[in-house]
Amino acid sequence: MSAVLEVSNISKRFGGITAVNGVSFDVQEGEILGLIGPNGCGKSTLFNCILGQLTPSDGEVKLDGKTVTGLRPSELNKLGVSRTFQLLQVFPKLSVRENLILAGQEHQGNMLTRLVGPSDAGLTDAANQMIGFFKLDHLADEPAGGLSYGQQKLLDAAMAFMGGPRLVLLDEPAGGVNLTMLADLKDRLRAINQEKRATFVVIEHNMEFVMSLCTRVMVMAEGKVLAMGRPDEVRANPAVIEAYLGH
Amino acid sequence: MNSKLLKFGFGVVAIAALIIVPMNFNRYGLFILSQWAVMTIAAMGLNLTLGYAGQVSLAQGAFVGIGAYTAAIMTSSGLPLIAALGVAIVLCFAVGWILGYPALRVQHHYLAFVTLAFSTLAFLVFRNEEWLTKGIYGISNIPRPEVFGYPTRRPLPFYYFCLGSLGLVSLAVWWLIRSPWGRAFVALRENPIRALSLGIDTRHYTLMAFAIGSALGGVAGVLYAPLTQYVDPVPFHLSLSLDLLMMVIVGGSGFFFGPFLGAMIAVLLPEWLRFTQGYYLMIYAVAVIGLLIYSPSGILGILDRFIAERRTKAASAKRATATAKLEATP
Repeated sequence: MSAVLEVSNISKRFGGITAVNGVSFDVQEGEILGLIGPNGCGKSTLFNCILGQLTPSDGEVKLDGKTVTGLRPSELNKLGVSRTFQLLQVFPKLSVRENLILAGQEHQGNMLTRLVGPSDAGLTDAANQMIGFFKLDHLADEPAGGLSYGQQKLLDAAMAFMGGPRLVLLDEPAGGVNLTMLADLKDRLRAINQEKRATFVVIEHNMEFVMSLCTRVMVMAEGKVLAMGRPDEVRANPAVIEAYLGH
Repeated sequence: MNSKLLKFGFGVVAIAALIIVPMNFNRYGLFILSQWAVMTIAAMGLNLTLGYAGQVSLAQGAFVGIGAYTAAIMTSSGLPLIAALGVAIVLCFAVGWILGYPALRVQHHYLAFVTLAFSTLAFLVFRNEEWLTKGIYGISNIPRPEVFGYPTRRPLPFYYFCLGSLGLVSLAVWWLIRSPWGRAFVALRENPIRALSLGIDTRHYTLMAFAIGSALGGVAGVLYAPLTQYVDPVPFHLSLSLDLLMMVIVGGSGFFFGPFLGAMIAVLLPEWLRFTQGYYLMIYAVAVIGLLIYSPSGILGILDRFIAERRTKAASAKRATATAKLEATP
């Protein structure tokens, strides 16, 4: 196994507040790393620094051994890094299929072929496959805004996979999703992880979801890494129980 | 299927009407209709920039002016209109691209002010650079072109020339908005942060939206010059940009046919309301305010809402029958 993502000593300060304080970790190819911690501990800020939404105040991010710190999110996406956001981010007026085609189109051809080529950028089949994979078949032509919250969450996750990414960062994929759909989502993520060899980093508050899905778990508190290890190790760690899990 | 057929039928009737009905119009009627076609092209450009890509611009009138002056200057010195068209497209595309740069830093009303400043600047150039534009005296006796050997000096052939140009521009814009570019423009308008995370180079698409929209303004200007056969700075004042903005919003911003309707209202309604004499501007203003309160997404927004409501009703009726069946089965 080799490290897909290496994060070294990332800090992010907003005025007097240090949201992320010298965080270092790496993500091995094919693993599912869980990222947990209390609200405001810097998980999402860390994601934003890794993905170029924010420029870190200090530190370095490497993808496959190459420094990518400060690249724009669109450039990182082209390198095979994809993400979902904590709050829903689908395009409500586009249909489910259009959302998926949009999510994959910039990975097809170049600007010119996207202008003169077919309207679907050759992605209708891939989109339909993804729709089937996430069991959204009956909704394919509906505007995404008309879907239920849980269905939109599934679509949101599906969109992150359209470009065939190697590394996907998911920010609270299970938030507000009901139990049946949650099982579906977990099942789908695991399948993509195994079939496509995609590597995941998942922020989540649902402990059952994290502990059963992830191969390793990293715990953050007050902008720092508190613990890192297998789910059962982390669960037994007294510091983690004190800061986050509770007795 | 049924609604597709309906749309197709409606399109054929509309095109046939636009070709046949004006045949016995007088000179003035044809002038107004030609003006509608020209303004529709300019509004389509703005609809691309504002309606699809979500970038506010108060400079579309300035690009119509640049196109009109390009055509006026070039054709009065004997060059063909097609050459002026090429120059105007390249020029407006380049200037529009540059004007797009502020949009990468500022948005909404701030962007409106930046483009407004550009509009004023362009007007000052048209008025003051007499060596090029002949200033307030304007350029007169602009010739009308020959199209495939047919002269368009008379109003009817020139109207057909404008209509044909509108047809070509419509096809090109239709192609553009249903291409992946069109989808990227909508993504840029709806949620630029998410778009960026999906690999969509929002910087590139923002500049393109400005450049292409401006180039279409230039195309409209190139047709405007031979239509009026006289170009002076007055029509390209800020008020033209505001008029074009109103056409896009009243017609339905972000709808393909919005500019057609919007331009029709802005160009034709004042003519129809002429019988009210001094009151027509007042009636016109009240009608526009009323419309925008009732439907902020314009006329096509009303239609869209109606269709969406019908679809929802149909879907819930379907669900109801399905549930009833399900309950009926023992």
